[in-house]
Amino acid sequence: MKVLLVDDSKTMRNIQRGILTQLGYEQIEEAVDGEDALVKVKAFGPELILLDWNMPNMDGITFIREYRGSGAKIPVIMVTTEAEKSRVVEAIKAGVNNYVVKPFTPNVLGERIQETLSRMAA
Amino acid sequence: MDSQFILPFVDSVTNVFETMLQLEVQVGTPSIKPPDAKSHDVSGIIGMSGDVEGTVVLGFPNNTAERAVAVFTGMEITADHEDFADAVGELVNMVSGGAKAKFTNRKVSITCPSVIVGSHHTVTGRKDVVTIHIPVDCDLGAFSVDVSIRDAAAAEAAA
Repeated sequence: MKVLLVDDSKTMRNIQRGILTQLGYEQIEEAVDGEDALVKVKAFGPELILLDWNMPNMDGITFIREYRGSGAKIPVIMVTTEAEKSRVVEAIKAGVNNYVVKPFTPNVLGERIQETLSRMAA
Repeated sequence: MDSQFILPFVDSVTNVFETMLQLEVQVGTPSIKPPDAKSHDVSGIIGMSGDVEGTVVLGFPNNTAERAVAVFTGMEITADHEDFADAVGELVNMVSGGAKAKFTNRKVSITCPSVIVGSHHTVTGRKDVVTIHIPVDCDLGAFSVDVSIRDAAAAEAAA
């Protein structure tokens, strides 16, 4: 499965890449902000996107609105420090399929990925 | 400063270090930061705006920061490595994000983090806002969270 990691922090991309690799995901691409992600989704064709919220140039919420606006249905999980309920609701309304609050354990990220993919497959 | 804005930082720094670094921390008694407070070698800084505004500084001695980054990233990197500041920035980002989620009935935005690396620097917040110094200790060494924020929503309502 192809996974696109979108986060301006190289540290967080590395951590998430490590967890994904342990979970058996091998095709992983990275984007550093929403603008970069809009380019990479076309070139890479991800089947799952992990998306940070606060990023320079284009943040995650703007990305998801543009991405869903283009008709894309690929599952997107927001992985962010934005933990308020209002933010979660805003992100879900904008089109994300699931939500992970930083800090997270590898288990939580793995569970949310499985949960999201199962829901999409149902 | 109201304790409702300090306790969330105590909880958040504990949660971030326990979850991401598998490290137990001991948080000391928060106090008003004195003018002659110890300087930092590494500072991760986040700005807050909206109903609560100001800055949050995660300040470390160099050795503690390098050890924390090594545990966090799984890589032994020194403070002059290009990825070092990114890791420190992500730590202060998570501490600040976790804290602001616990501010009751306040809508707050946080900036992308800035990181200062340089021996014995000090970070000064707004002159009209008291800085609360939260000392933290762990197996990697001592560090601090300095919170210099004001309740802008309450100040506006009182004006």
